[in-house]
Amino acid sequence: MIPAAFEYHRPDSISAALAILQDHGDDARVLAGGHSLIPMMKLRMADIPHLVDLQDVADLRGISVQDGTVSIGAMTTQAELIASADIAKAAPILHEAALQIADPQVRYMGTVGGNIANGDPGNDLPGLMQCLDATFTLAGPDGSRDVAAREFYEAAYMTAREDDEILTRVSFAGTDAGYAYEKQKRKIGDYATAAAAVLLKKDGDKVSSASVAMTNLSDVPVFSKAAGAALVGTACDADAVKAAVAAMLDDIDPNEDNRGPVAFKRHVAGVILGRAIARAWSRS
Amino acid sequence: MKDEVTRDERVANLKGMGCARKRVEDARFTQGKGNYIDDINLPGMLHGDFVRSPYAHARVKSINIDAAMALPGVVAVLTAKDLEPLSLHWMPTLAGDKQMVLADGKVLFQGQEVAFVVAKDRYIAADAVELVEVEYEELPVIVDPFKSLQSDVVLREDLEPGADGAHGPRKHPNHIFLWEVGDKSATEAVLDEADVVAEEMVYYHRTHPCPLEPCGSVASMDKVNGKLTLYGTFQAPHVVRTVASLLSGIEEHNIRVVSPDIGGGFGNKVGVYPGYVCSIVASIVTGVPVKWIEDRMDNLMSTAFARDYHMHGKISATKEGKITGLWCHTTADHGAFDACADPTKYPAGFMSICTGSYDIPVAYLGVDGVYTNKAPGGVAYRCSFRVTEAAYFIERMIEVLAIELNMDAAELRRINFIKKEQFPYNSALGWEYDSGDYHTAWDKALEAVDYKGLRAEQTERLEAFKRGETRKLMGIGLTFFTEIVGAGPVKNCDILGMGMFDSCEIRIHPTGSAIARLGTISQGQGHATTFAQILASEIGIPADSITIEEGDTDTAPYGLGTYGSRSTPVAGAATALAGRKIRAKAQMIAAYLLEVHDDDVEFDVDRFVVKGAPERFKTMKEIAYASYNQAIPGVEPGLEAVSYYDPPNMTYPFGAYICVMDVDVDTGTADIRQFYALDDCGTRINPMVIEGQVHGGLTEALAIAMGQEIAYDEMGNHKTSTLMDFFIPTAWETPHYTTDHTVTPSPHHPIGAKGVGESPNVGGVPAFSNAVHDAFRPFGLRQSHMPHDHWRIWKIANGLGLHD
Amino acid sequence: MTKHHVKMTVNGEDRDILVEPRELLIHTLRDQLDLKGPHVGCETSHCGACTVDLDGKSVKACTMFTVQAAGKDITTIEGLGNPDALHVLQESFREHHGLQCGYCTPGMITRAHRLLQENPNPTEEDVRFGLSGNLCRCTGYQNIVKSVLAAASELNAAKEAAQ
Repeated sequence: MIPAAFEYHRPDSISAALAILQDHGDDARVLAGGHSLIPMMKLRMADIPHLVDLQDVADLRGISVQDGTVSIGAMTTQAELIASADIAKAAPILHEAALQIADPQVRYMGTVGGNIANGDPGNDLPGLMQCLDATFTLAGPDGSRDVAAREFYEAAYMTAREDDEILTRVSFAGTDAGYAYEKQKRKIGDYATAAAAVLLKKDGDKVSSASVAMTNLSDVPVFSKAAGAALVGTACDADAVKAAVAAMLDDIDPNEDNRGPVAFKRHVAGVILGRAIARAWSRS
Repeated sequence: MKDEVTRDERVANLKGMGCARKRVEDARFTQGKGNYIDDINLPGMLHGDFVRSPYAHARVKSINIDAAMALPGVVAVLTAKDLEPLSLHWMPTLAGDKQMVLADGKVLFQGQEVAFVVAKDRYIAADAVELVEVEYEELPVIVDPFKSLQSDVVLREDLEPGADGAHGPRKHPNHIFLWEVGDKSATEAVLDEADVVAEEMVYYHRTHPCPLEPCGSVASMDKVNGKLTLYGTFQAPHVVRTVASLLSGIEEHNIRVVSPDIGGGFGNKVGVYPGYVCSIVASIVTGVPVKWIEDRMDNLMSTAFARDYHMHGKISATKEGKITGLWCHTTADHGAFDACADPTKYPAGFMSICTGSYDIPVAYLGVDGVYTNKAPGGVAYRCSFRVTEAAYFIERMIEVLAIELNMDAAELRRINFIKKEQFPYNSALGWEYDSGDYHTAWDKALEAVDYKGLRAEQTERLEAFKRGETRKLMGIGLTFFTEIVGAGPVKNCDILGMGMFDSCEIRIHPTGSAIARLGTISQGQGHATTFAQILASEIGIPADSITIEEGDTDTAPYGLGTYGSRSTPVAGAATALAGRKIRAKAQMIAAYLLEVHDDDVEFDVDRFVVKGAPERFKTMKEIAYASYNQAIPGVEPGLEAVSYYDPPNMTYPFGAYICVMDVDVDTGTADIRQFYALDDCGTRINPMVIEGQVHGGLTEALAIAMGQEIAYDEMGNHKTSTLMDFFIPTAWETPHYTTDHTVTPSPHHPIGAKGVGESPNVGGVPAFSNAVHDAFRPFGLRQSHMPHDHWRIWKIANGLGLHD
Repeated sequence: MTKHHVKMTVNGEDRDILVEPRELLIHTLRDQLDLKGPHVGCETSHCGACTVDLDGKSVKACTMFTVQAAGKDITTIEGLGNPDALHVLQESFREHHGLQCGYCTPGMITRAHRLLQENPNPTEEDVRFGLSGNLCRCTGYQNIVKSVLAAASELNAAKEAAQ
């Protein structure tokens, strides 16, 4: 497995990176951690004449929490997410999920931005960002713009990001809601057979707010508004969970692959969501 | 000379048989100083890479190499047309069939080798592969062996329709052989009359040995001296030399084959692959060394797969559970070419060991080999030839019979075991089991896991499940297996006409250290450690003073290589016997030096002592020195020996494995909470190495049983060609194992050893699979095919109404 | 394509090499720098046989271009110990039979080294999770886990003795 030849660029600023993208249009792709892109290049399934390595762009790094808003630079690695005390406090669901991404070596290299912007429905962070109602900041030739995570994904590998834009940051409100990221996979290093991200807030003994998102069960990450709505106002009892699962099943559209047929995936999605809700509720 | 060292210390100093000697190989491996095939770089070396077929069945209309040849750095592009004048466009397989080296008019499986590009480095070679233009015309694809035997589509147009194959008549153009053993009519008569008959189709899916190091070779044709040196991932280097000579016409003495360190083999590296042949031809053509290293996709798509056996079985018994007969018809999917690696007379290997550990009076086995549009092979993936298939078959049939009889499967096994006093035992399908004590092993295993307690817990769990308190069922997977390894007696066993003996040659140096060379080749088994232990015990020279060398055909004696757990049973025996020749000569020298008759000295650990006068002795070190510098009347100088060992019989290791598993009926996930493995491999040479072999084999069994498969879609597209989809468990998914043993030495082996490397895979697969089945037994499950990955377990539960 | 000069530190030595951008780090290490400890197993970043340490991170050298490693500090198995002074992990793998064919071993030990740097007192579960990016086909991991736990104890004992 040998990649085709390409020209390598290593800009040290967002503007320099954008200029390269401008120059080469479709022929250029940015490289973050590389653990999705490089295997594709080695398999010669991605033809990239100009590779733009973002590792020297300092503005793409760093995790900050200000006024309750969490902001994560796109080049932040999953290992950095796991190690961050700020993340553990402001968004423990992200900490829990990051530990379930790929394997240790991949987490040292794999970035938040790459995981999110690549548009692979198997990636975990897109679903999480739906659940967290995050905002993605894109830098382009005409400046920056923000896109809601829930508006970002169009189809597998198709997103609202234009070819000449770079995802620079993701941000979302920190949350003390009960949380769970539940993922079933065949082995470490595999994508999810089904995964569920759940955030629940409790008021008295009732659910006051709920957010539910699913991973790898459609060609895009699935934010199930109806599943959340089915939980709000309930005591998160068996009937409520059943209603949430039923609502979620209306929103997903899994494909058959080596992980199993559609009926299996739908069934497991329900089970996984039920478990995620139970765990999130126990933490709320 | 005063001897201040005690006898116990002298024994310990030898590090001989039975001690957990640390491995001598590890120093280089832990420092990154192994020498594997891709570590070999020769001056001026070129790199080869294959153009492979994207189609499973297609005619090759044309191949245009112009664009590839025009790429700077490309030296040659070989196609079948280039190999044809050398008669190397096809090659014989080890199974008596022939296989295309490069596509000759058509392709028969996805990933088949079509052209071989040779370039200055691997990057340019990969670029050139993209530039070779091949025009294909798609043909109908057959991936199902049953459909293949009904189809009008002829896969192998090179074979004359109606002509016999290597193993007798062929009944259809896509048929390879029918191999029959046992008494069919007598078996069928018993089945007709029986109180109880259990019938089942047991499918052992297609999988792949997938060693971590893929296959490769470096060929170097020295045109000045007329010598070809071939380095490669060869589990049988001497056979490769002979085949290379027969194929190329180069005289065998002018070919040197070297197996360097091998990064795991597991049967994948027994056969001869197009890459090896092409690297040789390319080196002859270009005059410089040529390296070919496959990548992981090449490995999983084109080099030898394992299993793909559809085993239709019937087993009969009395009402009390005494087995009366066993019938099996197997449909064996060999893919595009019959490239399995079995002894010539055994086209289905030792599948006829399928009567297992049981005293079955009458049996029949028929195996139909079939061509399909899949990769060729049928190798023994960490087992002796087709023994895992046989063990899986009988251990499933026993479970199904237990259901039919409404009996406990442990008890059913017990009442049917061959009894200790019946050994040597002649099985209904023609094997002479050399030794065994099955009841002792079984009782020890059941007691170790508290079998009764486990069954009680399982019953409680089932009740809790029915009350809705848990969604996890508990399964107890039982297996008692008997292997047949150590191929084998030359009168029965050969590969391409080479009898399956093995060899050892020993030279003792004047200062009392030694080198021994063998016809085998380690791929991680630790031969350099354990064979030295055998010798240490036999000749009284410390293992640390003995170098073991294998894998270089210019120096090592001829042997058939390492696979089928044959190294210890065959080469280990040769080592012991060569050692005994050394000892016999040493005895004469010692007697001369001690001025007594030969019969008046006896061997004691590391020396010969005068009988009745232990203070008078000569150490092996002294004897070695004397052999080089004293003229001993009637004795040649030097101390050397060679032994070629033709085993009188196979060896029959056995074992009892028990797996306890919790199965989540909703997600299909299985949590292995306990695994107990008792192995009886006869005399134990190095318990540490044995335990390591068992851990590894069990983990390969775990993979195979629980998820690992080579899958194709209807179009013959390979669906599991990377390690994303081809399941290899990590440390996280792998359970902790408990190992145990009994010792029943082989009566015919010089040191009583039987071999162990493959037992855990042979016994492990049915243990894992039986645990899954056992969990669902109360709900009526009889048989569900492997691999038991999440969705297939879920499907069982779903089919049994457990999701309603 | 333009070749690039890449400067990096490998096993404590400064290196300056010329590579095509597409050259993978594993090939540079093995073929240009003759460091053949790291191996190629799967090529899709699943097996970890190519693991090296890069600026204090375990990375898979088959899934990184050498140009990406410019300016980095790399340690391979060859840099962990030498014949006169083996690393504790190298000793421990031998002592506890943590290897068989040896092909995964350099990557496994290099990864274990980083794991113990980050977590000097791992549980068995920590070790299994921490090594889950490295496949082994021979050992079933049990003795690898044992080797790493034993090395951790030994390193800790040595640390205590030094204090």
